[in-house]
Amino acid sequence: MKKDIVTSAIGIVVITLLCGIIYPLLITGVSQVAFPGNANGQQLFVDGKLVGSKIIGQNFADVVKNPKTGKVEMSDGNPVTTPDPRYFQTRPSGTTPADNDAATSFANYGPNSTITLAALQSNISTYLQLNCPTTLTKSGGCSSWYDPAVTSAAQVPVDAADTSASGVDPEISVLNAHIQAYRIAAVRHLSLATVDKLINQYTFGRGLGFSGEPGVDVLELNLALNRI
Amino acid sequence: MTLSGWLTIFLFVTLLTVIAIPLGNYMAAFYTGERTFMDPLMRRPEQFLYRIMRVDATKGQDWKAYAKSLIIFSLAGWLMLYFILRSQNLWSFTGLNPMGFHSAPWNVTFNTTSSFMTNTNWQYYGGETTMSYFSQMAGLTVQNYCSAAVGIVVAVALIRGIVSRSGNAIGNFWQDLVRTILWLLMPASIVISVVLVFQGSIQNLSHYLSFTGITGLGNQIAMGPVASQEAIKLLGTNGGGFFNTNSAHPFENPTAFTNFFELLAVLSIPAALVFQYGKMAGNRRQGHSIYATMMIMFLGAVIVAYVAEAHGSPAQHAAGLHTMVRAGSTGGNMEGKEQRFGIAGSALFDVVTTVTSCGAVNSSIESFTGIGGAVPFANLSASEVIFGGVGTGLYSILLYVLLAVFLGGLMVGRTPEYLGKKVEAREIKLVSLGILITPLTALFCTALATASRAGRASIDTAVTGSGPQGFSETFYAYLSQANNNGSAFAGYTGYDGTFGNGAGSHGITFADLLGGFDMTFARYAPILFALAVAGAMAGKRISPPGLGTMRTDNGTFVVLLIGVIILVGALTFFPALLLGPIVQGLTTHLYS
Repeated sequence: MKKDIVTSAIGIVVITLLCGIIYPLLITGVSQVAFPGNANGQQLFVDGKLVGSKIIGQNFADVVKNPKTGKVEMSDGNPVTTPDPRYFQTRPSGTTPADNDAATSFANYGPNSTITLAALQSNISTYLQLNCPTTLTKSGGCSSWYDPAVTSAAQVPVDAADTSASGVDPEISVLNAHIQAYRIAAVRHLSLATVDKLINQYTFGRGLGFSGEPGVDVLELNLALNRI
Repeated sequence: MTLSGWLTIFLFVTLLTVIAIPLGNYMAAFYTGERTFMDPLMRRPEQFLYRIMRVDATKGQDWKAYAKSLIIFSLAGWLMLYFILRSQNLWSFTGLNPMGFHSAPWNVTFNTTSSFMTNTNWQYYGGETTMSYFSQMAGLTVQNYCSAAVGIVVAVALIRGIVSRSGNAIGNFWQDLVRTILWLLMPASIVISVVLVFQGSIQNLSHYLSFTGITGLGNQIAMGPVASQEAIKLLGTNGGGFFNTNSAHPFENPTAFTNFFELLAVLSIPAALVFQYGKMAGNRRQGHSIYATMMIMFLGAVIVAYVAEAHGSPAQHAAGLHTMVRAGSTGGNMEGKEQRFGIAGSALFDVVTTVTSCGAVNSSIESFTGIGGAVPFANLSASEVIFGGVGTGLYSILLYVLLAVFLGGLMVGRTPEYLGKKVEAREIKLVSLGILITPLTALFCTALATASRAGRASIDTAVTGSGPQGFSETFYAYLSQANNNGSAFAGYTGYDGTFGNGAGSHGITFADLLGGFDMTFARYAPILFALAVAGAMAGKRISPPGLGTMRTDNGTFVVLLIGVIILVGALTFFPALLLGPIVQGLTTHLYS
């Protein structure tokens, strides 16, 4: 008994040094030398300023200002935002505020819940609104859609309506990107072919050709748009 | 459903088997003292560890001595982790707390500590909002190693008991512990971490990044020594994420390739242990029949989950979404799933991490469809015998094997024998207790939590609403903790908000304590029964097989074993499953 206690006490200290200090520091050292870009989060810079990580999704939105006071509107301590139509939009996020990588969380919407339904409806209407240059009519109609093929929930890609898991999903589906391309082309006065070409450039295929799904990296795509 | 989805599943089981066979041989070699390619590298550190720990590794232990060492070592690990987590601020001088996080309250820490000691890795805390790098490294990563090793050595001890030809010794706990870390977990974790960083996981000790995005919004990106913890989290079937969203987070699981690779890391040891068993038993077919049993049940679970998730959820259909596969879109239930993994990658991950005691998640299980969500329930109801956690899976299924042998013996009216050893009343009593204790603990805790106001406080009704989801959440919480899995219907909470750097937040004492009890009791009671069975079998004489001996290495036995596992799981859990996931899977009704 006493011997076991002594051995356990020494053992846990030694194993803590070995597995808890030496091992992670060794991996940190090796990673910082061999893959410094990856190990530090694939940071992207514009004019020397950090603008994000290639693999962390962001909310490409503008703050909403009160038309009378000119002050930024706040809700629960975070600024109220509206999607910026000039940029491709990432997937809905369950974090507060949206795409907050410093506090990720699942949305935890159940499959048989009216709360889920309400969230989906709100995401769908945001997506359709972005596809329409003017405010949607009460019945959800629009006089001239950017992408004329997308006029109701039935055509909205599931990844655009469903919340992502991490809340910071960096990618959207290829279909989602090609639909948003119509808006981007119109707002930025580019040809649809130019935008579609960029999408193809930033589409990542399946892992080893079979695993997972192709996706389009939204931050890289938006940075490329700004460079045109 | 897509062709590439099915291909992923097919390639996964093939590659797993290809990896598990040589790994099993290697493990059998170093646990029985044969020379392996790691010996030149590890012999000296091994002897060094024995010297400072004052261990005589040449001395065999009987089951009681083995169990005593195991329990006392676990207790030491518990105290160490609790101390590190509660004294988080004290360690800021190391520079490994750049965000200045305070310690979590005592009740949440009690739960977290019990959770990591038992290989559960249930997480009421959010990693990137409450844990310093020091706590993650020196606290959580260490228990990822220790709890995995403890699970594995119990399985190895039980194998020795079953196959031993003389004496009462079932090995030496300290030798098994040290060898598991040095020969298996440490080298494999180093390789896996480097591959993860190569693919895009992060590994640094920096302050979180702050920046202004291109639309002018302020942003933060969390940093940390992620890959090193991720590797052992998967390999040891621990499952406790560095980040709150676990393996869904791009820094933990950056690409579709890592998703596949991580799954192989999770299942390789549990699968290899089965082949190790066959080799140590001197009869590989004994391992093959167990492997076939596990694989059949595993494939069944994967197929059901994939089909259910590809179909979409009632809420999606009510919103007017079309969930079929389209050019450029996977379709299906993408709620709570990541684009790069898609439906198949998420369904496969979900099944792999719930059949094992891993409990890592790359998608929100709470958002799975009713039937898709019933799959992890079913996996947990089978008490982690479908591959199971490292070690726990094998020792649990060996208990079922003995039970099946006993039932088979009753049917044909002969004394049940396993590998030439008689299975008698004492063993069957121990086996039955070992099998039943986990389900009973889970159901007891679920009943207590749903029947009491204090338990229901953990259901976040703002997100869950009323209806069966709240029950599913609660049931899953205690079932997952009892099986030391750690995956969650994450709406169920035991930690009421984190404020700023953690100061002022408080735990929900009822859920924290009941969960801690649930995990600890349902881990160590079966371990003691498994070791007792090992001790009881160890001394038995081996008689040569006769004409009437029931064979345990053929298809008939596989069918019998699957039958016994399903029967015990179904009889125990069916009523509870009906009230939650099955109701949801059978209806398109939406609850408010």
